[in-house]
Amino acid sequence: MNIDKHLIRKDSLEKLFDILKQNNKAIYAPASKNSKVSFKEAGSFSEITTGYIQTAQSSKEVAFPRTEKLLDYTKNREGISVKGTDIKDFPEIVLWGVRPCDATGIGELSAIFNWDYKDEIYNSRLSHVTVLGFSCSALDEYCFCTSVDGNPGNTAGSDILFTKLGEDGDYLAEVITEKGLAIVSLAPGLFEKDVEIKKEKFLAEVPVMFDKEEIRKKLEKFFESEQWVEQSLKCLGCGACAYVCPTCACFDIQDEAHGKSGSRVRCWDSCGFSLFTLHTSGHNPREVQSQRWRQRIMHKFSYMPDRLSVYGCTGCGRCSRACPADMNILEHLISIQEVTV
Amino acid sequence: MDDLKKRAKELLETSAVKVVIGYEQGTAGKTRALFAEKPEDADRLVFDSRCVQNLAAYVTKREVKDKGKMAIAATLPVMRSIIQLASEFQVNDNNLLVLGITPGSKLMEFGNLAEVETFVHQYQIEIDARYKEKLDKLDKMTPSERWNFWIDELTPCFKCYACRAACPMCYCSRCTVDFNQPQWIPVPSHELGNLEWHIMRAIHLTGRCIDCDACFNACPLGIPINLLTKKMIEDARANFGGYQPALQGEHLMSTYKPDDKENFIQ
Repeated sequence: MNIDKHLIRKDSLEKLFDILKQNNKAIYAPASKNSKVSFKEAGSFSEITTGYIQTAQSSKEVAFPRTEKLLDYTKNREGISVKGTDIKDFPEIVLWGVRPCDATGIGELSAIFNWDYKDEIYNSRLSHVTVLGFSCSALDEYCFCTSVDGNPGNTAGSDILFTKLGEDGDYLAEVITEKGLAIVSLAPGLFEKDVEIKKEKFLAEVPVMFDKEEIRKKLEKFFESEQWVEQSLKCLGCGACAYVCPTCACFDIQDEAHGKSGSRVRCWDSCGFSLFTLHTSGHNPREVQSQRWRQRIMHKFSYMPDRLSVYGCTGCGRCSRACPADMNILEHLISIQEVTV
Repeated sequence: MDDLKKRAKELLETSAVKVVIGYEQGTAGKTRALFAEKPEDADRLVFDSRCVQNLAAYVTKREVKDKGKMAIAATLPVMRSIIQLASEFQVNDNNLLVLGITPGSKLMEFGNLAEVETFVHQYQIEIDARYKEKLDKLDKMTPSERWNFWIDELTPCFKCYACRAACPMCYCSRCTVDFNQPQWIPVPSHELGNLEWHIMRAIHLTGRCIDCDACFNACPLGIPINLLTKKMIEDARANFGGYQPALQGEHLMSTYKPDDKENFIQ
């Protein structure tokens, strides 16, 4: 559909929030705790944090929770009875304050969850989510969305994208999808039709730092490079980068047993952990950290574009911000680009 | 820190060590670990107040250890960690040389780990006043208030294990949480799984934690998990005596004694 442009007054945002609440929407919005901003269900408009460059965690949890029960089972004399998760029971969620690099990540995550098997639980959760994106007027040195097809005013993935028109200004609301229209229909009086507004001058200027196609080509011959060892020597082998990433989708299946019954649970996992590839035999095909780091970069910049026609990185910079050892993905990608293979 | 650069360079030129672990300028104004293997790499060494990552976490990392003899630029918390690691047979004089950085930022080279121990023992591990206040507040809470405090703090944890990775004392090649037969700790990061993990972590570090705050600094969600380890330091000190990592002698909490006054252990 065509993008509808509206003006929404700055004091109308709170009204919109209240109307959504009255319509029984659970609103997940950025909130600050322990000096970190993360998405949390907001009870009132005043709980929402603004002024953040990016949230510490991505918003992927609304569709891909860190812990997802897939089924319950009970063993009895006749055998085993299994009850799958009811996919009709998921809540209606409005994600508020999503940055464009997060919103676009939903597309990449969906590509993974619909690659060969269509993941019903993921798809069903996502079908109940409406994304209210907020453009970026500021950046920090970890941001590189423009190097991976994004931009600070990118509409991809958002149902409505809000752009603040200057400091203390009103907002441009771009209504992008049917879900976005459904939000407008709940509060039509707050959205004033205006096609003249240009958002570009209000957006942060994010410089392009590398050519992703060139990196993808280089990676084809880069598997045995010494650079992986050099880059990853300081990597401590935790999963912080994967868990804050909007597109990392790896998971582990666990059975939580209580006697004769229990649940099968899907939990986040990370290629940064040595346990991730450890075989029952004791053999580990990725026995050192450099091989795990290589996997992370190869997956995002080579395997994903090859198999799914999307890159596994939105340039949000979260992994670099979260890393306790200053493993900076942008720095590493630039150094790969600079190498002659 | 020109002294440090000079000494690191000499050590690499003469092949006295294969790698010098120190700090270099990182990205976004941060510092980070540097592994200098060539004399010219030593020029990248920096040292200032930003250098708080506990580099001792790297001396047990296989890829670093495999390079050969290591030297490490070590602040007081790093030196303490090294003494604790040595007492647990993870490092020794043959594989590690300590280039100490005193609390007054002076370079101090040690001939062996025994000298490092003597130096370290001049300073007591003291819980910072800011944290003492927080611990007192927790102590004064009712059990249910304290329970709610911890549920609230630990629920956001998504078990990335950055706290474990950044801690020099968490060097086990297979952590208790990674076992699945039997499975001691639930893998999912739900309320119970998170609580069990953090309690287990604190208990395993009791008597070993040297209060460097690496776990807290590493946490991408800013969860104050170091309150647990600090509390355990206070309790261990109050109930079991002195608290100093030492090369010789008994470990504060993990020494088995047939004549232990608690009979459940016999």
